[in-house]
Amino acid sequence: MTDYTDRLRAAARRLLGEGRVDCFIGYRRGSLPLAAQPAILTRAEQADSLIWDPSCGMNLAHYAVGRADRIGIVATGCVSRSLVALALENQVARERLYIVGVPCTGMLDAGALRRRFPGREAAAAAYEGPRVTIAFADGNEELAVAENLARPCRTCAHPNPVVADEMLGEPVASPAVPAVPEEAAAAEARSAAERWAYFCEAFAHCIRCYACRNACPLCYCPTCFVDESRPQWVGKSSDPTDTRTFHFLRALHLAGRCTDCGACERACPLDIPVRHLTSRLNAEAKAIYGFEAGLDLEERPLLDRYRPEDLNDFFK
Amino acid sequence: MAGPGEGRGEGRMSEWEPRIVTILCNWCTYGAADLAGVNRLQGPTNFKVIRVPCSGRVSPKMILAAFRSGADGVWVSGCHPGDCHYISGNFYARRRFTMMRALFRHIGLDDDRLHFSWISAAEGPKFAATAREVIAAVRRAGPAREWGKTRAQVV
Repeated sequence: MTDYTDRLRAAARRLLGEGRVDCFIGYRRGSLPLAAQPAILTRAEQADSLIWDPSCGMNLAHYAVGRADRIGIVATGCVSRSLVALALENQVARERLYIVGVPCTGMLDAGALRRRFPGREAAAAAYEGPRVTIAFADGNEELAVAENLARPCRTCAHPNPVVADEMLGEPVASPAVPAVPEEAAAAEARSAAERWAYFCEAFAHCIRCYACRNACPLCYCPTCFVDESRPQWVGKSSDPTDTRTFHFLRALHLAGRCTDCGACERACPLDIPVRHLTSRLNAEAKAIYGFEAGLDLEERPLLDRYRPEDLNDFFK
Repeated sequence: MAGPGEGRGEGRMSEWEPRIVTILCNWCTYGAADLAGVNRLQGPTNFKVIRVPCSGRVSPKMILAAFRSGADGVWVSGCHPGDCHYISGNFYARRRFTMMRALFRHIGLDDDRLHFSWISAAEGPKFAATAREVIAAVRRAGPAREWGKTRAQVV
């Protein structure tokens, strides 16, 4: 994966140098060795700060929203799908985007690694091919990247960019994708009472920091429903009902838009499985309407169109 | 508004009557409710009716707000598909409700509490029959305790 770093830097240097784009959105090494930082470059000589490794998990599409300049951006499958979804909603202009596509083999689950080595803070990480060596104060741990992937990456159906102006490598094969995502399948096996108990327990620790909302590239409303006050749909408190209402509605607002990039789960400081809700809706959208978000620049979003013969069986 | 289950001790279950919020489209189901009344069809008293211009106006957050305020059930009804006063409002609503209902069931809430129907302004008897059906289902589900907000609500 590391050789992509050189190709990525070359592409960014060329695009910025030739004036093809006004900025280039990529990743750079931040203060956390397991989570790369977004970088917005404006000069060709900054290109060497770019990196590409399995810590580049955050969704860069977020940073393309609301920009009026010509944007170069590095995109994996899920980032490209987010860009398509945003283009359909007129939040980014496809003609002002230059997408540098990278076939993706999955990103690390930094949260799971943190939990796996409790009390030990990673000081550095070296990414070499399929392995990562994490340096802790009390010694190194060498791990296989493939065994420590973020949950959405483990069953990613679209690892290759769905749209790109240039590709940095050959397409990769998708991992085995279950017909129903594992989170959704696990829920199906439970009774209603068990599902309710699971939902309450899973979201009970939420502190309503809204990191999941803020990390999501598709959450761009100027005023979020949680901030509306007349009428106030969601209370400001940490009352369990308010917290559940927030998560229910947040997920529902992503119905037919979520590309399952996992940005929400990655951003959660309390390791709440927020994809529990969105992955179910993704499965429903696929099962009922045969729809997956962000695959086609010509296809309107799920809830922005209809067919007269749509599912009608639960209407009296 | 009182929280769910308030004043309804377990020993008083037999006295419990479901409280159901209905959200009716102005052009069809509201007219049907009116017609049912004019026809003197026996109407149950469990409903609080909210009139909206179109079922397409109904947002899931309205439905959750009803539950939060202590409703035991919510029933949304509009024009038959193809008969929308605004041509396509109920078609969009149908997809939205489909996704909402899926999530509602996914988190383990009882879909006996959440009802949708298409009833035209000429279908007074269907309105009365559906109303009975909705009440029976909500009665089956019992008092809602899941989504009601029990702590003080400061507005």
